[in-house]
Amino acid sequence: MLHRYFPHTEEDISVMLQKCGLSDMKDLYSDVPEQLLLGCDYDLPDEWSEKEVRDFFKRLGDKNRNLTCFAGNGYYDHYSPAVISAILSRSEFLTAYTPYQPEISQGTLQYIFEYQSMMTQLTGLDVSNASMYDGATATAEAMMMTIASVRKRNKVLVSATIAPQVLNVMKTYAHYHGVELELIKEKDGVTDKSDFEEKICKGDVAGVVVAIPNRYGILEDYAGWADMIHRNKALLVMNCVASALGAVKSPGEWGADIAVGDAQSLGMPLNYGGPYLGFMCATKALMRKIPGRIVGATKDKDGKRSFVLTLQAREQHIRREKATSNICSNQGLMALYVTIYMSLLGTDGLKEVNELSCAGAHYLAEALVNTGKVALKYSDKPYLNEFVVVTSFSVDELISKGVEAGILCGVKLSENEMLIAVTEMRTREEMDQLVGLVSKM
Amino acid sequence: MNRELYGKLIFELSHKGRKGYKLPNTGVKASMEGVPAELLRSTSPALPEVDELTVVRHYTNMSNNNFGVDTGFYPLGSCTMKYNPKINEEIATDPRLASLHPDQPTYTTQGALELYHTLELYLSEIGGMAEFTLNPYAGAHGELTGLMVIRAYHEQNGDSKRTKVIVPDSAHGTNPASAAVAGLTIVEVKSRPDGTVDVDDLRPLLDDTVAAVMMTNPNTLGIFERNIPEIASLVHDAGALLYYDGANLNPMVGVARPGDMGFDVMHINLHKTFSTPHGGGGPGAGPVGVRKGLEHLLPNPRVVMNEDGTYGIEYSDESLGQISGTLGNFAVCARALSYILSLGRNGLKWVGPLATLNANYIKESLKDKYLLPIDGVCKHEFVFDGLKDKSTGVTTLNVAKRLLDFGFHAPTIYFPLLFHESLMIEPTETESLETIDEFISVMSRIADESIADPDMVKDAPHNTPISHPDDTEAALHPVVSYFELSAQ
Repeated sequence: MLHRYFPHTEEDISVMLQKCGLSDMKDLYSDVPEQLLLGCDYDLPDEWSEKEVRDFFKRLGDKNRNLTCFAGNGYYDHYSPAVISAILSRSEFLTAYTPYQPEISQGTLQYIFEYQSMMTQLTGLDVSNASMYDGATATAEAMMMTIASVRKRNKVLVSATIAPQVLNVMKTYAHYHGVELELIKEKDGVTDKSDFEEKICKGDVAGVVVAIPNRYGILEDYAGWADMIHRNKALLVMNCVASALGAVKSPGEWGADIAVGDAQSLGMPLNYGGPYLGFMCATKALMRKIPGRIVGATKDKDGKRSFVLTLQAREQHIRREKATSNICSNQGLMALYVTIYMSLLGTDGLKEVNELSCAGAHYLAEALVNTGKVALKYSDKPYLNEFVVVTSFSVDELISKGVEAGILCGVKLSENEMLIAVTEMRTREEMDQLVGLVSKM
Repeated sequence: MNRELYGKLIFELSHKGRKGYKLPNTGVKASMEGVPAELLRSTSPALPEVDELTVVRHYTNMSNNNFGVDTGFYPLGSCTMKYNPKINEEIATDPRLASLHPDQPTYTTQGALELYHTLELYLSEIGGMAEFTLNPYAGAHGELTGLMVIRAYHEQNGDSKRTKVIVPDSAHGTNPASAAVAGLTIVEVKSRPDGTVDVDDLRPLLDDTVAAVMMTNPNTLGIFERNIPEIASLVHDAGALLYYDGANLNPMVGVARPGDMGFDVMHINLHKTFSTPHGGGGPGAGPVGVRKGLEHLLPNPRVVMNEDGTYGIEYSDESLGQISGTLGNFAVCARALSYILSLGRNGLKWVGPLATLNANYIKESLKDKYLLPIDGVCKHEFVFDGLKDKSTGVTTLNVAKRLLDFGFHAPTIYFPLLFHESLMIEPTETESLETIDEFISVMSRIADESIADPDMVKDAPHNTPISHPDDTEAALHPVVSYFELSAQ
């Protein structure tokens, strides 16, 4: 045996070569020009046993610090039920490919159908795709989708209050795809409504992208926006933190056409950046413009309910050079993750998650302000579970004191501004510990 | 299995008043106080109400209706469905890695950054490239990123008229789609009967409007492009860059490197070549590598090693920009690194050769009964143009469905588009001679059945959880959520 992952014995190899009419393994590559052949081993370590692999990653793991997390900025430390990892480790789900053979892929297809159904409920829109890479790329896809859906327009407006990493990805996609992306100014932590009105009225805009909650944790009031956008024949795109939609007004209720965002907040591990889960939902009118996979219900030959990938004519691998998106996968397993999460928590659980996070954040904000060392930057704006403080001390110094105490105090915005998030995972005791650190600054 | 009850949709198992959770006691009373009512939902989302065991049974039953690499042989062409080692799962879910927040200060994530940096180095060695980014979330995302690198390169040279990308007609459908999204127009170059690029057809297309040529090597027919050194020099002489679609990298592992072939930019599918599980469609990862001189264009943010040996994260103005919200699919990268270390250099050198041996053995064993349009040694995969005996009316689709009855996944079908009845088989290096022999005997039996009882084969599958679903109806009258379904 050459390796535990390769079953071939020397005898197997010789039987197989013989069948192929070859005498040596090298003959398999006789069509590769000699000068291209590697001719030596890679400059890499030798084969390791499982113990050595474990030890290596343990050593890496020990170089990290696991901290009590008050950081958010789009990615949140929520409670994850044990059921989820147990189901996800079932290799019938884990080691399956894209469900191209529906007869032996009903497991994958059915959970995607359930996922889509749940996401339509959460966003208040009609149709969901089977998921996308992450919230930032899903938002960039929505931007391109508005251009593809609104004839002869090439401009998209995006609020300056959207999370910076989302904006950055949109800018990159816009630059290379040839979309004119224009910022709507920010005023006191929210989107400047008069700047928006001025820009939308020009009549050359295909889509407007805003955030729920915004990059500072603020819940903005979008009353009347959808009407004005639709009067100007453009589409409203809302970038959302999925978990928040269990309590706050949904994109559907605001009159949005497309909802996108990251669903990491639905109990997924932080994983140092991924995998996460981008989602996209839209109105029925836009169904055939949605990028990515969609699963539909149908019946098999015996009349039994079954599920298939559907509307595939929209998809890139069919449209080839006419494609307006190149996504040709989804985040299958991560979609299963949030589907199980939402099954367990249900309507009430998701609401309770928000109530606990909201109450915790408001408790913490008040206690922090009471230390006299920080002030809320946007004290007159409503927020859900994340807020910005202006500090009288160096944010870096607090962060490093926090690390010493095992706490990740928040995300630095500038030398004296910090974004702090609270979820249902944070106890009063932990919050008081953070307050204690701040009061000593 | 109780398909009747637990096989329903989770919404149909919902029972008012049931719950499957208990949230922590935070010590602060739950409340939405502070948020004005007009910013809150007026209607609740209709999510299911179920107890924990019902959820477990429901999804466990569903998993029984699925097929994965752990279930059986998965000879899906161009998908590289190799064994996904279990140690990789253990590594990736270790809380010391999995609980890190992406915005933690870098001095608290040195292990994670070392993991990233090490994998970047190893991929560079395997790809023959100067540097890799791990940011792209999937193969298609990597392709898009790679094409952005190429556009940024020409832009920085002030070469704005290079807007075309040349793609062989045998290419994966993703290539032209990625080019379109990157704002490039596509010029198709016809391939020769064996799917390789015709240098004489390519030459006149190479002018100063061409940004890049995208190639898959070996190509989608499993044939190595032996003219690649000549193609590379033609492309470079024309001022364009050569892009390597890493979908078919597996047969080259341990044998030859895209960088040495003259490729400037490449992506790798970690979920194919480096054994990370496909997860029913994702998550994957599509790292992008570049040759020397293009490193500065790679997307933000970048993992860097400082002079003192510590690691940091950098944003650069020269970069093409940001293409992902984060540094990438970290947990997928952890699995890939675990795989590389488990194989080591002495294991890796057998990946390509054994995958190629398995493919050739199947091809030689079945070419009497299936039509082999291109004879000769293939690489990790090959294509049959359906059954040899065309008189029975049994199609590639029928063969694929009949295979399911025997506990095998089907090969890739009707791709590449060069043949009408394409049946694309890729066994990978992790399959044993016994497994492959059984597959051959079943394929052979199906060929015989197609003559003896064609209607039975056309009616397949017979032993699967569902029979053939009506996808025409699904597309004609789309029902895409439970709420549409229950309203019917």
